[in-house]
Amino acid sequence: MTQPALLAVSDLRTYFYTGAGVARAVDGVSFAIGAGETLGIVGESGCGKSVTALSILRLVQQPGRIEPGSHIMFEGQDLMQLDDAGIRRIRGNRIAMIFQEPMTALNPVFTVGDQIAEVARVHAGASRRAAWDRAVEMLTLVGIPAPAERARQYPHQLSGGMRQRVLIAMALVMSPALVIADEPTTALDVTIQAQILELLGDLQQRLGTSIAMITHDLGVIAEVASRVLVMYGGEVVEEARVETLFTEPHHPYTEGLLHAMPRVGRRQERLTVIPGSVPPPTAWPTGCRFRDRCAYAWERCAREHPPLYQIGVGHVSRCHLADEPERRRTTRVISNAAPVIPAGVPGGAA
Amino acid sequence: MTTSVRQDVLTAPRAPDGTAAFDRAIATSPWRSALGVLARDPSAIVGMCILLVLALTALAAPVVAPYDPRAQPDILALKHLPPSLGHPFGTDYLSRDVLSRIVYGSRVSLSVAFLSVVVAATIGMGYGAIAGYVGGKLDNVMMRVVDALLSIPRVLLLIAVAALWWDKLGLPGLVLLLGLTGWFEVSRLVRALVLSAREDEFVTAARALGATDTRILVHHVLPQVVSPVLVAATLAIGNVIVIEAGLTYLGMGVRPPNASWGSIFNDGMRDVAGAWWVSVSAGAALVITVLAVNLVADGLRQALNARQLPAR
Repeated sequence: MTQPALLAVSDLRTYFYTGAGVARAVDGVSFAIGAGETLGIVGESGCGKSVTALSILRLVQQPGRIEPGSHIMFEGQDLMQLDDAGIRRIRGNRIAMIFQEPMTALNPVFTVGDQIAEVARVHAGASRRAAWDRAVEMLTLVGIPAPAERARQYPHQLSGGMRQRVLIAMALVMSPALVIADEPTTALDVTIQAQILELLGDLQQRLGTSIAMITHDLGVIAEVASRVLVMYGGEVVEEARVETLFTEPHHPYTEGLLHAMPRVGRRQERLTVIPGSVPPPTAWPTGCRFRDRCAYAWERCAREHPPLYQIGVGHVSRCHLADEPERRRTTRVISNAAPVIPAGVPGGAA
Repeated sequence: MTTSVRQDVLTAPRAPDGTAAFDRAIATSPWRSALGVLARDPSAIVGMCILLVLALTALAAPVVAPYDPRAQPDILALKHLPPSLGHPFGTDYLSRDVLSRIVYGSRVSLSVAFLSVVVAATIGMGYGAIAGYVGGKLDNVMMRVVDALLSIPRVLLLIAVAALWWDKLGLPGLVLLLGLTGWFEVSRLVRALVLSAREDEFVTAARALGATDTRILVHHVLPQVVSPVLVAATLAIGNVIVIEAGLTYLGMGVRPPNASWGSIFNDGMRDVAGAWWVSVSAGAALVITVLAVNLVADGLRQALNARQLPAR
């Protein structure tokens, strides 16, 4: 990136103080998003991607807390320093969020037009009439036919795909600089997924919005992102340009994710899975947090928490293999051929 | 479904994601569809009809009642007359017409119950909403207070207060007293509902769009609370009618010259073996009303639940 980043998160730590101990859901995450860029954030459930998203807008609720020392620089100000009114002026206005569940992210007792109009009323102080017109305009923008009639309907009268379009419309009312999309296509079937991704890409081109696309679906990443952040155990474990990530993944976790992806045109009896599951955030393993599930792990991984090693230009990986690359050749467990870029699989494979 | 709607279905364009434009023809608000369910529930309709008749009777008491409820035409000759054409429910120990007294008594019984439940529901909603929305320590303290208040038997508390301020307690005082002792459960219910509504994704979504706490509470949380509270309040009306009658029966509630069903019942107890019709009429009025209220509450519960599960 040549121009200064639109959003720069540094050392973000969001801990939850639960009865079972302190859950370090996000533990020292740093990344940046440039203007007009799409950053993909991938990882399994429980790796901290959604909490990262909520933290940016300071939406983490009790017992969660963003730890002091975390910085979220956006358009030249630190969002962590804003008071309540200040952060509200950012929410929905400069940074908007699109949620995962179009079924539940809309209030069932208001018409969708009212809900879109509410955003304009809150932020622009628009009159009832003007806000409503804006709502209809937004529904047109996101490709909903007969927008004037649809605006007067309740969420339950709309299909899942249409509701997701409504959520996108709500996010874009104020033409925000950044849209955080938290698994926007997960709840939709594959053809609708492709349409929604296309819509997001198209709107981004037209409006110049930056997008943070949070997903567990590498197919979605391949489709929309230019740069990818791989998260595991509340940390960034690898960051690379999307082509690099698919052709030369460095971190064993990224490798595992790529192998676990079904692909058109490859005959395979069963998918390679990453053994085990994400450990609870109250008890991350010492050293490397992935070591219990890693085929390469050796004693150093338990002893020493790996830093983010520089692998190439704009490519970092949190794995000691960067330091001792010969170990990769001697331990060859994952047998399949090198992963290939899933070329234009619509919506990727779920 | 009219023919014009069908035409619309046939000619309406299809949405790109394959949804038939069928439902576009009828934009139904969730409240309206709940009313639709209620209107198809026979027992709720029966209940509503009974309540409607009772309410109209109470309003039109001077027209409906055959006699002056306080008139004592002949305490000796006309006392404890059994039901007859002239006095359908007989007369009481002061020769007053029982039917007229029940009709006038319904004004007191129904309005005391309704108003005190309004008071209770308002206090309970405010209290519970604050506890649930603010959460944390405040919630803890507020709910322990409610626990403490709930551990006092309501009727005993009422009797104690009524006995203390027996002289000053008019009808408004009784309404207030019943209201002030009736909001504990409502506040618990509302708190629980607000707690769960706060976790709804659309509440997070609204916060993410920059809505203020007040706006979220009023627009997104309270609408989720209204229907269960409505059901609870309806049930509470039935309950309060009975409590008020009980208090009055004990001489602690509505006082002469006002009459409620409780006091008429009490009048009848002077000679329940000889003139059973006095107490039985008052009791029947009570039972029928409470039954009707419960039928309506049941219907409401189902109708408003149906709203929660919209046809997909």
